[in-house]
Amino acid sequence: MLKLQNVSMTFNEATPDEKKALRDVNLELNQGDFVTVIGSNGAGKSTMMNVISGALFPDVGDVIVDGKQVVHLPEYKRSRLIGRVFQDPMAGTSPSMTIEENLAMAYARNKKRQFKLGVTKKRRDMFREYLESIHLGLETRLNAKVGLLSGGERQALSLLMVTFTEPNILLLDEHTAALDPSRAELITNLTEEVVGKFGLTTLMVTHNMQQALDLGNRLIMMDNGQIIFEVAGAEKQALTIEDLLHKFKEKQGTHFGNDRAVLG
Amino acid sequence: MLLSLFNAVELGIIYAIMALGVYLSFRVLDFPDLTVDGSFVTGAGVAAISIMAGVPPVLASLFAAAAGFIAGCLTGILHTKGKINALLSGILMMIALYSINLRIMGKPTLSLLNESTIFKQLREVWDKTGIDTFFNGILANLGADRMPSTWSIIFIMLIVTLVIKLLTDYYLKTEVGLALRATGDNQKMIRSLSANTDTLIIAGIGVSNALVAFSGGLIAQHGDFADVNMGIGMIIIGLASVIIGEALFGKKTIARATLAVVGGAIVYRIVVTLALRVDFLDTGDMKLITAILVITALVTPKMMQARREKKRRLEKRAALEAVKTEGA
Ligand SMILES: Nc1ncnc2c1ncn2[C@@H]1O[C@H](COP(=O)(O)OP(=O)(O)OP(=O)(O)O)[C@@H](O)[C@H]1O
Ligand SMILES: [Mg+2]
Repeated sequence: MLKLQNVSMTFNEATPDEKKALRDVNLELNQGDFVTVIGSNGAGKSTMMNVISGALFPDVGDVIVDGKQVVHLPEYKRSRLIGRVFQDPMAGTSPSMTIEENLAMAYARNKKRQFKLGVTKKRRDMFREYLESIHLGLETRLNAKVGLLSGGERQALSLLMVTFTEPNILLLDEHTAALDPSRAELITNLTEEVVGKFGLTTLMVTHNMQQALDLGNRLIMMDNGQIIFEVAGAEKQALTIEDLLHKFKEKQGTHFGNDRAVLG
Repeated sequence: MLLSLFNAVELGIIYAIMALGVYLSFRVLDFPDLTVDGSFVTGAGVAAISIMAGVPPVLASLFAAAAGFIAGCLTGILHTKGKINALLSGILMMIALYSINLRIMGKPTLSLLNESTIFKQLREVWDKTGIDTFFNGILANLGADRMPSTWSIIFIMLIVTLVIKLLTDYYLKTEVGLALRATGDNQKMIRSLSANTDTLIIAGIGVSNALVAFSGGLIAQHGDFADVNMGIGMIIIGLASVIIGEALFGKKTIARATLAVVGGAIVYRIVVTLALRVDFLDTGDMKLITAILVITALVTPKMMQARREKKRRLEKRAALEAVKTEGA
């Protein structure tokens, strides 16, 4: 479903600020895979998400969605196949427009936009039904400006907006990080629900190890621009936070050793 | 007095089309587009020169809009493809248009006195209807002594402007229109929902300037001349209309906001007309009056809001105090 092949990305190449954000990353997601991504700050997780979505172009490597090479496609074209929810709850919606207008824009994601009304009676009923499914009472506020919603409500709406059109790939980059614990849990549960309901192929970045363990069928760990550990299925089920921390220390140790070796 | 007010309303309705264009760029796209000063003249020039070349006035007015559309698209291209700051793209295009307008017109001023215009043609038909006699009769009964020479312009332009307003309302509610509005609100988001924001900005600024130029073409036909300098300060007049309209009539919904813009354009003309009747003010003071108007329209609503808030707080406090003393 999604394939990254030998993807490398360097920021500020050939300057003192040079930063290799991705080093020869290879990753393959099958239809319906739900992969959680963990790793320390600056590991390259967001860069990988941006390379997949088309917000950034890699120096080398392929991005293949559904068997189609998309690495040269601009972001707006790729987003017909890919849905994403951002970390910032303000980023995924248009604040000066109403809930139903936001949903109408999201509804057009995988279609050609036309000169016909975005919100029709029929669509409004459909939107209402989808909003009911997230249990926040938003279905009674279709004409409220989204700017009036709380961060949690906006994030729930963003999540609904990208999922109800069933994207081929769903990208979630720390989408619960800006919320208080109870709202974060609500969004986490909602994520599990919608991903399950639509069977979406999902890549989710999180700093919450428990969340990374609880959700999804696969887990990858990134460090210093590389995927350093991968686990799936039953093996993932058996994993604990201690295991993860241990793995992380172990791998970071070797990478530190490598760096020294290079310097020496 | 009555006549100059009548004239102000007439002009206001024509300028309202320009103001709707400014609303599209400034408010909907959040793009401070200064092309307007140039594209207004482009519209006037293209309409005038086409009419002089024998093009039917209606068609000439459409040519004006088309020319404005191209100019706006160029500004949009400078900004999106050339990655030039929005303000600077508009200024560059405005400056370039000054020369282009002169080229189009051939000389700085064109007279349409001896040409047929859309309004002259309209009047020929209109005068056969006898509607003027009817309305002037009403005015006479109300005690007016001098009558407007024709009601045709005010009527037809009111219809044209309202049709453009309604089309704008509809357009902004279509799938494309929603994406356009989101482009002005949250580009990152609408791009992640598969909208090509570059194209939307280019076309949006194009349509905005098409309206501006269309208005310019009509103003030229209304005043029977086109002048290369007639666009100076047009952007501020457009902004004044938008801001005054919003302050007076609100902007809750799209339909309300566009209606406010039309209303604002008319109110602006009326205020300017009244101001010019003050003895020590003359036409040279127009720009200053406009600036003061815009400042007033921007500042007053905020001050009023702050005062209301303060009053509310004081009342609450007083109520609390009253309860306390009662308890004691
Ligand atoms: N636009 C940019 N220009 C220069 N360097 C960048 C840019 N974006 C990211 N980087 C660098 O690339 C590296 C990887 O960044 P990235 O944002 O992918 O990390 P991350 O794993 O998402 O971290 P976090 O957990 O903090 O979000 C970092 O060292 C970062 O400083
Ligand atoms: Mg990140």
